Amino acid sequence: MSTAFPKAAKVALGMPQLRSNLAHATGTIRGKRAKVVGELDDWERLRDTAAAIKADVQHRMPELAVAFERNATAAGATVHWARDGAEANRIAARITRDAGAEEVVKVKSMATQEIELNEHFAAEGLSAWETDLAELIVQLADDRPSHILVPAIHYNRTEIRDIFRGRMADAPKGLTDDPAALAEAARLHLRRRFLSAKVAVSGANFAVAETGSLVVVESEGNGRMCLTMPETLISIVGVEKLLPRYEDLEVFMQLLPRSSTGERMNPYTSVWTGATEGDGPKDVHIILLDNGRTEVLADEVGRQALSCIRCSACLNVCPVYERTGGHAYGHVYPGPIGAILAPQLEPGRHDDLPYASSLCGACYEVCPVKIDIPEVLVHLRQQGPHGAGEKAAMGAAEAVMARPALWRAALAAARFLSRPWRGRGFVRRLPWPASKWTVSRDMPVPPKESFRDWWKERER
Amino acid sequence: MNAREEILERMRRALDGAGPAPEPPREYRRSLDADVDVVELLIDRLVDYKAYVHHGIASIPEALGEARRVVVPADLPAEWRLGEAEFVEDEALTTADLDGADAVLTGCAAAVAVSGTIMLDAGAAQGRRAITLVPDHHVVVVRRDQITGHLAEALPRLDPTGPQTWISGPSATSDIELQRVEGVHGPRRLDVVILADSALTHRQSCSSS
Ligand code: SF4
Repeated sequence: MSTAFPKAAKVALGMPQLRSNLAHATGTIRGKRAKVVGELDDWERLRDTAAAIKADVQHRMPELAVAFERNATAAGATVHWARDGAEANRIAARITRDAGAEEVVKVKSMATQEIELNEHFAAEGLSAWETDLAELIVQLADDRPSHILVPAIHYNRTEIRDIFRGRMADAPKGLTDDPAALAEAARLHLRRRFLSAKVAVSGANFAVAETGSLVVVESEGNGRMCLTMPETLISIVGVEKLLPRYEDLEVFMQLLPRSSTGERMNPYTSVWTGATEGDGPKDVHIILLDNGRTEVLADEVGRQALSCIRCSACLNVCPVYERTGGHAYGHVYPGPIGAILAPQLEPGRHDDLPYASSLCGACYEVCPVKIDIPEVLVHLRQQGPHGAGEKAAMGAAEAVMARPALWRAALAAARFLSRPWRGRGFVRRLPWPASKWTVSRDMPVPPKESFRDWWKERER
Repeated sequence: MNAREEILERMRRALDGAGPAPEPPREYRRSLDADVDVVELLIDRLVDYKAYVHHGIASIPEALGEARRVVVPADLPAEWRLGEAEFVEDEALTTADLDGADAVLTGCAAAVAVSGTIMLDAGAAQGRRAITLVPDHHVVVVRRDQITGHLAEALPRLDPTGPQTWISGPSATSDIELQRVEGVHGPRRLDVVILADSALTHRQSCSSS
């Protein structure tokens, strides 16, 4: 039984700068998201459709994976299959060597973080350069990402300037902490690398079975650089990223940008299908990755975690995430989605994570694909080793909430309510104080109060 | 068993006994209300995301601004090549050539008003992807008949398997304190020239039927 979370959470809670950076950033993004979501009068219908499409994908995964492979191959891509991260890394390293390269430029991708491609490449004497600004910051700082979308969310602008000054050899003299100046420094630093790279590695946000196309959603143009300029492109794609039809993009491309960066549309979206004569990479490879996903698929309740489109909205509304930061979760997927995905992808290694939650339900309310995260949390708690699990939970509760007695009551209530005959969808309307959150949705924590004060207030 | 067979087998085993999922409901919007002026909305959304908007063919030189060397796809209409700039057709230009250009002038395949999105699919007057990426300034011409209100109206107009690039404003990042900052690796300046004369509006009513 792992007790990593409560320990790490306690450490994080002792770091006021980290907490203030996180509170500031997640507060900003919650406001932006609420505004652009509010502009669509069919938001709930879009969520219903997206959830149903993803459920359909899960039920038809073998058929859709084969269709994707057939169509991508017909368009000139080479499709590989990888049972686990090690196999995917080996294939990617081999393709890189075969292309006569010793380094790759990378588009930000959760899948390659999950399989630790950079570390594997380093061990093989190959270099993998991150090109997303936040990933670059984290790589320069020799740190680990702490957020799905903004891996450097735990740094403020002054800390970023210091990292650039200290670690980026070609950082401009007199670099200030103005975000525009910092972005310019990253542009200069990476430009030559982009224009001369032979091989790029990407993930994909979606893989369209009907056409064999991949989709990458980004902001900076580093994705376009990687997907367009090199001769060889390697995309590592979890099998859960499949969508049946091209038309499905009209649903997901409304939901994803609004849920992740709070924009009506992200600056750049690339859709490509195999190789195109005279346009972009000639040698296009796709590695379809399992790495535990088929295990998750086998769990009827847990499999909804495979619907995740990695928007990070659930992190931004989570009071536990906001207090502890992403590192405390000890996995590349932090926050509420991490709490249900990590223990399923790596069984036995993250049993404490399903307790890193107050079951408030805010994550479910914002999730664009309607993953019932509280339901899966309770389900995983029931499966985990009980006594030790609860002890870990108490540790987490104490650190995070400082109200162990209430926590215990909450757990008992949650377990009671989730008894099988109650059926799906009930847990999120908990009768205890946190039910407030399900009502106020986007602003679960009044900004001027600490969680603890707020919590006490609710008790009165 | 090779990896492919094994993964497919694991999937089948995981789904053993699971029936088909219900057909997804599709009750969301596919268009905007009829009274929405999509040109006005597109302009509003482009400006909101820091793009510059111009009107009519005659405004192309203004959109190109100071640019002296302007890359164009070989099939760019001659009547768009206006002003003092030198127009360099992309006949296999090298990356260095592109990097040395001041701007690129192209058309597009479609635009989505509600999100201020310009869509390229490597079709007519658009060229290959690199030419709209490497130069630091992109001027894109959008005809009135290419403007749709909603994403669901635009997607069928694109070549689903052509390389597509959807562009919403100049390149930007939100990686520093989640504040949007314009201008990272893609073109830092985006100018959109809208051709909305009545002749083209007429053509639209024919082609969109
Ligand atoms: S679980 Fe839902 S809200 Fe969280 S990252 Fe995934 S899609 Fe977004």
